[in-house]
Amino acid sequence: MVIVTATGSRSIEAPAYPMARTCPFRMPDGYEQLRADGPLSRVTLYDGRKVWLVSGGEEGRALLLDPRISVSVRHPSFPALAPQLAEQADAGFSPPLSGVDDPEHAHQRRMVIPAFGIRRIAALRPHIEEIAERLVDAMLAGGDRADLVSAYSLPLACAANFALLGVPEDDGRYIAERTRRVLAPTGGEAPGEAERTFGEILDRLRRLIAGKEQEPGTGLIDDLLAAQPDEGGMDRDQLVALCAILLTGGDDTTSSTIAASTLALLEHPEQLRRLRREPELMAGAVDELTRLTTVADVLPRVATADIEIAGHTIRDGDGILVSLMLMNRDLDTWQQPDALDIDRKAGRHVAFGYGIHQCVGQNLARAVIETALTVLLRRVPTLRLAVPADQVRANLPYVLQGSMSTLPVAW
Amino acid sequence: MDIEIEIDTGRCIGAAMCTRHAPEVFTQDDEGVVELLPGGAARADDPLVREAALACPVQAITVDAG
Repeated sequence: MVIVTATGSRSIEAPAYPMARTCPFRMPDGYEQLRADGPLSRVTLYDGRKVWLVSGGEEGRALLLDPRISVSVRHPSFPALAPQLAEQADAGFSPPLSGVDDPEHAHQRRMVIPAFGIRRIAALRPHIEEIAERLVDAMLAGGDRADLVSAYSLPLACAANFALLGVPEDDGRYIAERTRRVLAPTGGEAPGEAERTFGEILDRLRRLIAGKEQEPGTGLIDDLLAAQPDEGGMDRDQLVALCAILLTGGDDTTSSTIAASTLALLEHPEQLRRLRREPELMAGAVDELTRLTTVADVLPRVATADIEIAGHTIRDGDGILVSLMLMNRDLDTWQQPDALDIDRKAGRHVAFGYGIHQCVGQNLARAVIETALTVLLRRVPTLRLAVPADQVRANLPYVLQGSMSTLPVAW
Repeated sequence: MDIEIEIDTGRCIGAAMCTRHAPEVFTQDDEGVVELLPGGAARADDPLVREAALACPVQAITVDAG
């Protein structure tokens, strides 16, 4: 085991983090080293701060279940992956669900899980399929090439999310466009721009909620409103923020998983052919593709006590980054983890996180990804990349490490 | 040997890992909380049940040889 000390040479022992992916479904260049140095190593954030990087599957699971680990961005030592995230935390915004600890978190989660239960999602499947078919119709009618993200994966992920939450299309489009700007920064943003854009999303949601109070609908947001103030106990700002998290949490993540999975399949024509021939393999293949692509890679946490793990001592106040991609490619857990294998039993992957903060929308995400790939492969049998594969890039890794804004395809 | 499935609905966070691993044993009620399917208990020795218990992110399922 490599014991890393704070006095060690920085370039080797605490590399800069997060690391950018070149190919959206492969590990960044520096990950091989992090995996070899695991299960815990040290990395350096943009502000020079050194934090723990967790790459081991077993250690990651243990830490994500550990109540001595906090997700609260209000904690003064909470690690920020990028300046714009530190800005948000400084401005006092703490995301409901993903950014609050129990018992507050459990209370919020209980309010939203009914909507994401398997029955509600199963009932939504025909609607998701109908949207997918319509989007493919439009794509095929538009010529012999398209950008799969803007023409298919993103509008589909958004529409499914809006349908579940009960958000009208025009509000949804307005919010989705801004979400994308916040979650997929190009690096050229002015200081405060992410915060301003996020403010616009919140304002629009405030108006939407006010409208729903006059004229209730049938989505999750309507259910949440109906539950206030009796059991909910949330004030208006908390409710708006919760809706924002639910709305923005399922767009780019799901869309990028669809895009990166399509790319991975196009790069593995043998497995793609099998999936076309045997569509019943799709559910298992989606588990494997979700494992391989792990688009939301990094979970930031802060220790609230000293924790002994794997021969290391994490000190009270230390920042911790759990890499779900590295956990999903742990050599002790997975055989040949860097390879795509649609026959693999990949259901225990942690791409949706692990523990009490595990993605609340994962049933919806699975339904959307499965439907998206099934319809796309069936309807576009000659699908191919419109650019060389090595030109396809993931966005900058600050918020969502496998995020994709574009995937040029032809047929 | 009898094998028992115990589910702690108070712990359940509706992640649905159990319903995915062992869909013939577990389901979710209208609140999104884990529920045993009729006849589910009789399949307690199915290895998928153990896999479901392992996959649960909050250990709401225990499988015990009684």
